[in-house]
Parts: sequence; structure tokens; C-alpha cells
Amino acid sequence: MTRVVVTVMPKEGVLDPQGQAVRGALGRLGFGDVTDVRIGRRIELQLTGDDPEGQARRMCDELLANALIEDYSVAVEG
Amino acid sequence: MSVAVLRFPGSLDHESAARAVTAAGGEARYVWHAEEELPAGTTAVLLPGGFSYGDHLRPGAIASRAPVMDAVRRHAAEGGLVLGICNGFQVLCEAGLLPGALRPNATLSFVCRQVELDVADPGTPFTRDLPARLSVPVKNHDGAWFGDPSDARVVLRYAGENVLGSVDAVAGVANREGNVMGLMPHPEEAVDPLLGSVDGLGIFAALARA
Repeated sequence: MTRVVVTVMPKEGVLDPQGQAVRGALGRLGFGDVTDVRIGRRIELQLTGDDPEGQARRMCDELLANALIEDYSVAVEG
Repeated sequence: MSVAVLRFPGSLDHESAARAVTAAGGEARYVWHAEEELPAGTTAVLLPGGFSYGDHLRPGAIASRAPVMDAVRRHAAEGGLVLGICNGFQVLCEAGLLPGALRPNATLSFVCRQVELDVADPGTPFTRDLPARLSVPVKNHDGAWFGDPSDARVVLRYAGENVLGSVDAVAGVANREGNVMGLMPHPEEAVDPLLGSVDGLGIFAALARA
């Protein structure tokens, strides 16, 4: 069994209203050093079989991420 | 004449969509998402609003991979009419049948209000019979269209205020051929004077005629 962590983030240039809202709230709490917040999604997969990274990438291309608006990264944690 | 109204787990607006088809003189038949074929005699397909699969992952993402969608793809490839409303629009974009994607509204809030739309392209079967400006409601949380308007056939735009924060105020797009269209506002809620507007009827007349 291999654990693979997929991180999906909104692409640069795509409006992230969730990140903007959190940034505003952090500013109101006094965290004035925050210049930007972007919020994405972490997906943890438990995989059997060969090539867990390749499998995870195909899953991202087919379902887990929308290439028009999101970037993804894949990390195999063993 | 026979409009297949698709139902996914979490579809909500199939009844009002079917009622609008009937009001326009068509016949509506519900089709469950697990079906692999559309009913014999289907002339048009309607994907209604709602929250298919609870909007998990991305709105429309999981529904766009449902078995029935292969049949919808074949129907569209043969030139058949396909209309997606709200969540149905999100499903069609996720399925790659329409350009772009729907992002959370710029306000990060659920927007529920009457809006005015301008018909940007009266050359599709859906928009041919519409008034140049129509009044219909929107009700969604993830309705901000994102994409390249120069690379999409934009058919409807929000008039005045761009209430959801769409790129170029886009409210609805079609494929190049004009036989597949999606929009975030709800024309099925604008088909009877009791609802305050009948401006949406023309869209369903197109389905009923197909």
C-alpha cells in the first residue's frame, strides 16, 4: 500500500474568493503581514499496484483537478 | 418532441424544468443518471439545476462522469439539442461539452435574485425566439463563469451588474455548432405570468420543437 498526497490549487490568475475572504479576516485579526492567501484541496490516496505516482496523475487529469482552473502536484509518501 | 430530463443524485429542479418543457408544448421524460442510453425517440436533452453529488470535488464534476453522459455526448455529436441549466451547465462544462468552468461567486455568497440578461448571440436554436433582453432569476453559489470569451460562443450576458463575477459578464455559452448550450440563470422559473416573467419560454420552445 502506498500513500499518495495530491494537492490541487487554483491557478494563478483565477479569482480565489475564499482566499480573499480569509486574507481579509486575517488582516482584521491583526495579521498585517499577510499579503495573499490561496486555498486549495489536499487529497490523500491509498494505492496498491505499480506506478502510484502515474496512477495519481492520471486520476488528476481525468477527475481530481480541472486543468482550466486548477494546478495539481503529486507526492508519493511511501 | 421528447425531451430527456436527466436526474442525478442531488438534482433539484427537474420538476420545474419538465413543467417548462410541457408549458412550451413538449413532452418531458425523466432519465436516471445510471442509464447508458437515452429513451428511444429522444429529440433533446435537458440537464436541470440542483447539487448533483452534493457539489463534492467541484460542482458537476462527478455527475459529468456518469454513465448517461456518454449517451449525451453521442446525442450532441449527432447534432441533437442539449441544454444545461445551473448545475446542468456546470456538468456540461466539466464534461468538456461546453467551454469554461464555473467558479465560486465573487461575493462568496449564495445569490438568489431576479436578473436581466442580454442575448449576445441570437443565432442558436435556443436563443432565436428570445426577447433581446430577458428577466429571469439566478440562484447559485458557484456561478461565476471562467474562461476565454474570445474562444467561446457567448450567448447570454448579465445586463447591468455582473452579479456573480463572471469573466466578461458571461451568463451562458454554447458550443461552436450552437446545439449545446448552458446558462446559470433559471429560464424554467420564467415561463408563467404567475412567476413574474415568461421570458424563458423561448428556450423551452426550442427543445419542444426539436
